[in-house]
Amino acid sequence: MALRGNLRDFTVTQLLNLINLAGKTGTLVLDGVSEQAQISFRDGKLAYARVGKEDGSLALVLHKANKINANQYRAIADRAGQMTDKELGLLLINAGYVTQEDILTNLQGYFTELVRKLFTWVEGFFRFENEILPPDDRINVRLDLENIIIEGSRQLRELEQLQDEIPSLDMALKFTDRPLTNVNLSVDEWKVVKFVDPKNTMRQIAKTNGLSDIEVRRIVYGLLQAGLVELTRPAGVPTPPNPKQFPTQDKEEQKTLINKLIGRIRTM
Amino acid sequence: MQTVKMVVTGPFSAGKTQFIQSVSEIDVVATERKISTDEEKSVKSATTVAMDFGRITVDNDLVLYLFGTPGQKRFDFMWEILSEGMLGFIVMVDSTRPETFREARSILETFRAYAPTPFVVAANKQDVEDAWDLDDIRHALRLDSNTKLLPCVATNRDTVKAVLLELLYSIIQEMES
Repeated sequence: MALRGNLRDFTVTQLLNLINLAGKTGTLVLDGVSEQAQISFRDGKLAYARVGKEDGSLALVLHKANKINANQYRAIADRAGQMTDKELGLLLINAGYVTQEDILTNLQGYFTELVRKLFTWVEGFFRFENEILPPDDRINVRLDLENIIIEGSRQLRELEQLQDEIPSLDMALKFTDRPLTNVNLSVDEWKVVKFVDPKNTMRQIAKTNGLSDIEVRRIVYGLLQAGLVELTRPAGVPTPPNPKQFPTQDKEEQKTLINKLIGRIRTM
Repeated sequence: MQTVKMVVTGPFSAGKTQFIQSVSEIDVVATERKISTDEEKSVKSATTVAMDFGRITVDNDLVLYLFGTPGQKRFDFMWEILSEGMLGFIVMVDSTRPETFREARSILETFRAYAPTPFVVAANKQDVEDAWDLDDIRHALRLDSNTKLLPCVATNRDTVKAVLLELLYSIIQEMES
């Protein structure tokens, strides 16, 4: 029976563990909420990965790692369209732009980072395709999964703890009275701080900045701990009706009712 | 007959059932089960799994019901159901068990997300020697200065009444604002 199912029942960490132990060759396809990921394995080792629209090509990976600049990246995309990544790699090594080690290190780093991001996918479907092999035109790596799995388990635990701290991303943030002076914030923290406003939910802030749920929770948790922000109900959002809160809709009768309760409890 | 309700919530073993028992005119209708894990057994032997239910009759036309939520996280599917239509809610924390403060904060945020009703925080077991001071609890729970944090002893009717009254004053205040 094909290995397929729901990510709610089987986490990405559990899937990697299974692929590792069974020494599987093929491609794990994950259909997440907004994009698809494909992770290829050879004999239970990570060979290649791509998520969403990014093609995981050598040119893209080297560009992201600042090994080639934007102009060089565009030139490669225009002129070397038919070239495989292996051919392109050889060309770049021979031209002295990169070393073989540069290529391997950056590909491994890029694939590992992609897989790490998948650990926070808890919604969606998965299937393992034995027939889809790691693409021949890409440079495949051979990465042991053990360390990635351990890292994934850590992230999962962290996510659970952060979800306890910040149960809903549909709440907004507001600044406390504490001033923001003399605070050293990272670039990502500034990205979040820039949008702190009761009008913006944390989900909107994450989407605007391209942050995952765990990333925005981690940043907000830090800001909360530092006492710089606090959670608040989003402004301007109609409050959900609170069904049958009062047996009457008349404001004066509601006040009378509360005063009756106060009187009763005082005399108990 | 008009009925209104308030919800008493908080972490496992915070004293919610006792709080309701102290003011309810009926024996609290409790849905308690024996504790299954050793860690929790060391705190108490039975816990609420669905809800506690207490009643205060005001007059022939008006009854206040107090609902206590289950404290254990695996029963949190009950929380949203219980929060529907509440006048306000009370978050109880055990002042002697700081290890539960984080969970109390999480429960507080969850209930705030369910409904924008007034709430107060009751710091239970303030009569115990190693209870945390209110100021320290306020910081640990990250409560702003406008949030009412009240000392409480769930077995003492007067302090329970004081907590309920403060919640009712907050409800009146919000209606007038």
